[in-house]
Amino acid sequence: MKDISRRQFLKVFGAGTLATAAVAAGCDHPKNVKTEGGQLGEVPTDKMTYRTDQHGEKVSLLGYGMMRLPTIEGKSGREQDMELDQDQINKLVDYAIAHGVNLFDTAPPYCKGRSEQATGIALSRYPRSSWRVSTKMSNFSPTTWSFEKSKAIFENSLKYLQTDYVDFLMIHSVGGTSRDANGNTLSSMETFERRFIDNGILEWLMEQRDKGRIRNLGFSYHGDIAVFDRCMAMHDKVHWNHVLIQHSFVDYRHAKQMNESNTNSEYLYGEADKRGIPCFVMEPLLGGRLAELNEHATQQLKEREPDASIASWAFRFAGTMPRILTVLSGMTYMEHLQDNIRTFSPLKPLNEEEFALLENIASVYADYPMVPCTSCQYCMPCPYGIDIPSVFQHYNRCLNEGHIVEADDIDEKTSSEMRAYRKARKAFLVGYDRSVPKLRQADHCIGCNHCVSHCPQTINIPEEMRRIDQYVETLKRNS
Amino acid sequence: MLRKIRIALALIFFIGITLLFLDFTGVVHIYLGWMAKMQLLPAILAGNVIVVVFLLLVTLLFGRTYCSIICPLGVMQDGFSWLGGRFMKKRFHYRRPHQWLRIVVLVLFIALMVLGLNAIAILIAPYSAYGRIASSLLQPIYLWINNLLASWAEHAGSYSFYTADTWMKSGITLLVAVVTLVVVGLLAFFSGRTWCNNICPVGTVLGFLSKFSLFRPVIDTTKCVECKKCEHKCKSQCIDITGGHSIDMTRCVACFDCIDNCKKGAISYQMRTKKETPSTGKPVDEDRRKFLVTTAAIGTATAIQAQEAKVDGGLAVIQDKQIPVRTTPLKPAGSISLKHFTNHCTACQLCVSECPNGVLRPSKDLTTLMQPEMSFERGYCRPECVRCSEVCPTGAIKPIDVAEKSAIHFGLAVVVTKNCLPVAEGVKCGNCATHCPTGAILMVPIHAGDDPDLPMTLKRPTVNTDKCIGCGACENLCPVRPFSAIHVEGRQVHIHD
Repeated sequence: MKDISRRQFLKVFGAGTLATAAVAAGCDHPKNVKTEGGQLGEVPTDKMTYRTDQHGEKVSLLGYGMMRLPTIEGKSGREQDMELDQDQINKLVDYAIAHGVNLFDTAPPYCKGRSEQATGIALSRYPRSSWRVSTKMSNFSPTTWSFEKSKAIFENSLKYLQTDYVDFLMIHSVGGTSRDANGNTLSSMETFERRFIDNGILEWLMEQRDKGRIRNLGFSYHGDIAVFDRCMAMHDKVHWNHVLIQHSFVDYRHAKQMNESNTNSEYLYGEADKRGIPCFVMEPLLGGRLAELNEHATQQLKEREPDASIASWAFRFAGTMPRILTVLSGMTYMEHLQDNIRTFSPLKPLNEEEFALLENIASVYADYPMVPCTSCQYCMPCPYGIDIPSVFQHYNRCLNEGHIVEADDIDEKTSSEMRAYRKARKAFLVGYDRSVPKLRQADHCIGCNHCVSHCPQTINIPEEMRRIDQYVETLKRNS
Repeated sequence: MLRKIRIALALIFFIGITLLFLDFTGVVHIYLGWMAKMQLLPAILAGNVIVVVFLLLVTLLFGRTYCSIICPLGVMQDGFSWLGGRFMKKRFHYRRPHQWLRIVVLVLFIALMVLGLNAIAILIAPYSAYGRIASSLLQPIYLWINNLLASWAEHAGSYSFYTADTWMKSGITLLVAVVTLVVVGLLAFFSGRTWCNNICPVGTVLGFLSKFSLFRPVIDTTKCVECKKCEHKCKSQCIDITGGHSIDMTRCVACFDCIDNCKKGAISYQMRTKKETPSTGKPVDEDRRKFLVTTAAIGTATAIQAQEAKVDGGLAVIQDKQIPVRTTPLKPAGSISLKHFTNHCTACQLCVSECPNGVLRPSKDLTTLMQPEMSFERGYCRPECVRCSEVCPTGAIKPIDVAEKSAIHFGLAVVVTKNCLPVAEGVKCGNCATHCPTGAILMVPIHAGDDPDLPMTLKRPTVNTDKCIGCGACENLCPVRPFSAIHVEGRQVHIHD
């Protein structure tokens, strides 16, 4: 096992590390935990980098995303029905607070609707002034578009979080399309109007801000840039206190290249910065994909910082720009938390040379025909049982590891090419059956398009499924 | 020395043939596939003249070495017999042959085969009997071990081992295998080669030839002290010391145990020199034994449901597919016709063990009991795979190549339109048409007159019967569960383009 990546490490030694994590949680200096062949440094308790919101209040640059909380089986609660492991969640929150993290970001749908409650339980054990919480107005379903229903969502958040105010509230995921009650697809702009404007809920939220029940009002954005621009145009009236954008060294200048419907975060950040709106960052790792770069990129980064994880580079990038208020990371495991705390305690901002290096890596990365899936699970469950994110994850991983090969012209391959082909073929096919049960693989996608409107990355899921299925088919036929 | 050579060769064949049944990757077959094709009954059925002549010549030269080396059921019995010998000394004595029993069984066997009642006849066919034991009892163990290794390999990030599906293919076959193992095993344990010299049709035929074999063990009466060590060691119970130092060559399986055990060097394996007095084969009625190999389908086979896919959160539950009623059973490409297949297959289960797609399984129908048939709940007959045709030793499935495969129509897809998703639920589908390897499925508007080019138009599949080969991709990938809305019917006679 050469150069095992952090995520793989955790997957392989999942059970073992959980046990270690439990011990490490109570102690400030888990010096003997080893990973990536180097010795972990200390996890500082008092060096966290803070930024300030528009009211001058401190926010830790590392924000705890409560969207992938652990279940009692030690997996992410986003993908599992299994009960959440509240004890472990409490331990993670204890550790985070002890090491200077003070922002916790949740939303009503996270972890199948269980995240807010779990967050409330964990945080209510601390004085209200010692933590800051962020949640969202997630009125996705057309049945919740009425004023009353949307309002109820907010009141319910307060109840679950066991508090009488939230520090940050965002209208959730503007820029996405939807289907109305009759199944007709609505444009992203129409969806925005129906969800937040026509029903008067945005206005009401502004009132709540005046009353102090919401300290900061903002929006989270995915998808159609026209809606982002519309929100920015509303700034004079609404006075957004913050905005949540997808920002990473790949998204900065190559978001469009990766995914036609996305917008480079250079533009998004620039628009917010121009108006003095602080930014929350989501997907700093692109759903974990930036923690596993290809061999060449890994080599380059390791040569510079032998003891730093690959993920830490993406986090440093996300935190470097001054208008970034906090970088959200959905941490399931103690080791992620420790590594991230180390990265942000204090943040070592990227210098120009490092920035250029990452930009260089990003331009190569963006050329890969990856499926821009961040495993957010919004598309799930597929009515025909397909495990959409796992299929994409497997495909992307193979692409990243160079296991996607030309399968059509095997007759023209030389014997060494043929050896490489066989190896890649086996890795893809065997790995496919391991990552995704046969009945949940791409060949069972019938193209019903149920998932399409749910994807915040606007991936044409059925089309991608078909593409991957055809690739599998050619691999199977050409042995 | 001769005995040691015999044991070494027997082990090579036994392990090799067993591996053929265990292996699911198709690799072993490339090197050892010939071992299955060396089996006498399959070779006769396959019309493999070279092998048949070779085996007959070997027997005429050296006696029934086939039974001691090549036949896996024979070698298995030697194993049990050896085990019995550890507990019981001097358990063998000369017994008179039961010629009439052997002949009646042989005649019955041939008659049943000729009448096409293979299902009954093959119960006593030695190679296929062993095949059923290896396939139903040993392969699952092998697969479990493999899957254990695969899960370790997965943790180590290696792709050397991969998980293979294990599932109960047929309760009846398992039952038959267990009964065969118990009956043959116990007989061997207590009385050596009794099965081979009374029941086995191959043993009877070879015994007849062996009578005239050129080389044979001969007892030198000048050296013999009549200690009867050889008689007590003879698992065929065919050495008669008191009755004239004779060896009944119809029953001798040329194991050479007697030669190795004679301390006086009185027995030697030598060329026939002078005419011997054949042992007087008086029919003796007393010590008669009846073997009743009843395997009537007792009770219904309780097919254990396939292990449900582990359901994580956020994943829809997937119902298991069920086997549709097929008016004509499906036999793999290369079988020529239902009749040809039924008449040639000895139900050895080699193809069932090999099928990498979970398509072949033993039939539960009484007239074709345990002979393989196809079904598509777990996978479909992949266009690049011709493994069953390669391994079949009896020629029931004739060898075909990959190019030929897509030109053989062994089945025909039938649509049950009212169950089809677009018709029943108004959901856009067409997964059958998308995956049909021969492009035999065409999608047409549900309502005649709708514009087929509009993306909103709901369409249903129709089958172009000339192109459909019956591979089952459509049936396997149809989203309708538990009964697919499109399923494949077998063809009585396969059509070769």
